[in-house]
Amino acid sequence: MEVGLFIPCYIDQFYPHVGQDTLSLLEKMGCKVVYPEGQTCCGQPLANSGLEHEAKPIYSHLVDTFAGFAYHVKHHYDIVEQDSDVKSVRERMYDITAFLTDVLKVNQLEARFPHRVGIHQSCHGLRGLRMARSTELQVPPYSKWRQLLELVKDIQLVELDRPDECCGFGGTFSVGEEAVSVKMGQDRIADHKRNGAEFITSGDMSCLMHMEGLLRRKKDPVKVIHLVEILNG
Amino acid sequence: MKQTDTVKVDHARKARDFIADKERTDWHNGAITYLREKRDLGVGGVPEWEDLRNLASQIKTNVLGNLDDYLEEFEKNALANGVKVHWASDGDEHNRIVHDILKRYDTKMVVKSKSMLTEECHLNQYLESNNIEVVDTDLGERIIQMRHEGPSHIVAPAIHIRKEEVGQLFHEQLNTDEGAADPQYLTEAARQHLRQKFLEADVALTGVNFAIAETGGVVVCTNEGNADMGVHMVPCQIHSMGIEKIIPRAGDLGVFTRLLARSATGQPITIYTSHHQKPKPGGEMHIIIVDNGRSAHLGRDDFYTALKCIRCGACMNSCPVYRRSGGYSYGHTVPGPIGSILTPGFNLKKFKELPFASTLCGACSDVCPVKINIHEQLYKWRQVVGEKGELEKSKAMPLHWAGKILSSHKKYQIVGRLARKALRFLPGAITSNRFNPWSRQRELPKPPRQSFGEWYKQQNK
Repeated sequence: MEVGLFIPCYIDQFYPHVGQDTLSLLEKMGCKVVYPEGQTCCGQPLANSGLEHEAKPIYSHLVDTFAGFAYHVKHHYDIVEQDSDVKSVRERMYDITAFLTDVLKVNQLEARFPHRVGIHQSCHGLRGLRMARSTELQVPPYSKWRQLLELVKDIQLVELDRPDECCGFGGTFSVGEEAVSVKMGQDRIADHKRNGAEFITSGDMSCLMHMEGLLRRKKDPVKVIHLVEILNG
Repeated sequence: MKQTDTVKVDHARKARDFIADKERTDWHNGAITYLREKRDLGVGGVPEWEDLRNLASQIKTNVLGNLDDYLEEFEKNALANGVKVHWASDGDEHNRIVHDILKRYDTKMVVKSKSMLTEECHLNQYLESNNIEVVDTDLGERIIQMRHEGPSHIVAPAIHIRKEEVGQLFHEQLNTDEGAADPQYLTEAARQHLRQKFLEADVALTGVNFAIAETGGVVVCTNEGNADMGVHMVPCQIHSMGIEKIIPRAGDLGVFTRLLARSATGQPITIYTSHHQKPKPGGEMHIIIVDNGRSAHLGRDDFYTALKCIRCGACMNSCPVYRRSGGYSYGHTVPGPIGSILTPGFNLKKFKELPFASTLCGACSDVCPVKINIHEQLYKWRQVVGEKGELEKSKAMPLHWAGKILSSHKKYQIVGRLARKALRFLPGAITSNRFNPWSRQRELPKPPRQSFGEWYKQQNK
C-alpha cells in the first residue's frame, strides 16, 4: 500500500523523531511511504482562533501537496470548494492510530516496552475522530489506542481516575487562558502519577508538548512519549 | 435584549483570579465532578439512553421548527383552562407584567421558586427597586440572595460556597449558632425561616421546565417542594417561561423528565414533578411567555439549536474549564458551555471572549441530553468574532502573519529554522520571560537541529 505521510508543522519542527518513528513503523508494516515535499500546516491554529477564512490559503496548500491533520481536515474543510482533490484528500486521510487499526488491521507487533504507561486520550481523537468511547456516551467501550498498546510486550497500562479529561492544551487556549490551561494540565499529570504511570502516551503530540512543558518545569521524572514511539519499539 | 453594555467579560482574567486560590479551585472542581459522577451512575442504568437523547433532540427540532404554531396552541388551551396568558418581548416587559399583578394584590412580598429566566430578566432587582421584597425559596437560591450574589451554576447556584460559609451567613442573618456548619441543622433553620415567608405571601412565582402545547399546562420540576408550597398557599400564582420551553404533547414529557434529572444530578426523576393546569377555585393563574432575544436566536442557522437546552447543567459539570474557572467567570446567568453559545447572540461585544473559554474538548456535546453540538457552535462563534473584526489585535496580528508563513513552504522552512536556532542559542531569560504566557509555568520544547523535512531530504538524496 502506498501511503503519503503528513507531518503536522509542530512535529516537523520540534518532534522530528515522532515523524521518523511513524515512517519507520509504516515501512515495517509493508507500506511504501512517501513524504510529499512542500507541506506546512493544516490551518488549525488560525481556524480555532476564529480566522477560518484567513486559513483558506493554507487549506488549499495542503490539498495541493495532499493529505492532512486528520481531525481538522475531515471536519472543518467545508469552507474551501469541494472539488475532487479536496474530497479525495478528506476521504482517504487517516490519523496514524486509526490507519493502523482500521486499514492495516494490525494485530501483532514486535515492540517491547517494559514500563507503566498511562494513556492520555486526546479530545480531538476521542470525540472528534471517535478513536475511543467517551465516558459521556452509553455505548460499548472500545479504544483504538489501547487496542494497539495491548499488542506491546511487557507494557503495563495504568487505569486513570478520569480516563478522558482534557489536558488543557487547546491550541491558542494554552496562552489565551494560561491559568486554566496550566491547572488542567497539572491535574491531568497528577492523575497519571497517582496511578503509578512512568510514561504518559498519546496519539496527539500537542497534548504531550503541553504536559511535557509542565513536567520539565517541575523537573518531574515522568516522561511523555508519542504512541508511535512505543509501537515502533 | 439591550446592547448598551459592551464592556467585555474578561473570562481569562476572572479565571486566573479564581484559580489563584488553588485549594478552593480543587474543592470546586471536586464538588462539581461529583455531580457528573452521579450523572454517569444514573445514566448507566438506562440502556436506551442514546435513543432517548435522539428522541428528545428530534422533538425539540420539531418544536423549534413550528414554534409559532405551538405557542398559539398553548395559549389557546391555557386560556380555555382559565389561565391569564401574557406575552413579554423582553426582560423589562416581563418585570412590568409581574409588577402590575403584584400591585393589584397590594402586596409587598412575593415568594419565588427557581427560575433562571427571572434571573436573566433581573426581576429581583427590579421589584426591590419598587419596594417589593422577593424571597427566593430554594435553599441554594436563598443562600446566594442573602449574599447579594447571582447563581454560579444553573442547577446548584451556591455550589461555589462551602457549608462553613453558609453557617456564618445564617449565624448573621438567621441567628443560628456561631460556628455551626452541620448541613441538616442549617437546612432546618432555612426551612423555618422560609415557612414564615410562605405564610405571609399573597403571590407566588415559579419558573417553568416544560409547557405542554396540547394541554395548556406547565410542568415544574423541583427537589425541595418549595414551588408547590408557594403556589398552594396563595390565591395568585405566576409562572414565567421562555418561548422555547414548549413541548408538543403530554406524551412527550416522559422523554424529557427521564433525561433531565439524570443529566443534572443522576436522580431518576426530580422529587416533585408538578403540573399546573388551571387556577385554584377563586384564585388566579398567570403564565408569562418571554422572548428576550430568543426569536432572534431562532433565526441563526448555525446556532438556533442552542434553544433546545433543558437547563440540566450537565455541560457545566462536564466542562474542565468551568469546573476550574467558576460560574462567575462567564459574567452571565447561564454560565459554562451552553452560556458561551447563547450569550454572543445576545451581545457579541460583551461576550465575545466566551467562545474562546474552551479547549473544544467536546465533552459538553457528548453529555448534552438533547444533543446540542455545543463545541461545534463554540468553533462557529469564534469565526463570527473573527469575521466581525472583534478579535483582539494582539491575537489577530500574529495569526495573520502565521497564515502568510504557513501557506508558503519556503517561508515556513526559513522561519522554522530561525526559530529553532533562536531557541537553541538565545538565553532562557529572553525566550522564557514573563511576557510569554506559555513559559510562565511551562518549558518550551527542546528544539532539534533538524526538522523532519530536513532529515527526510538528507535521507533521500
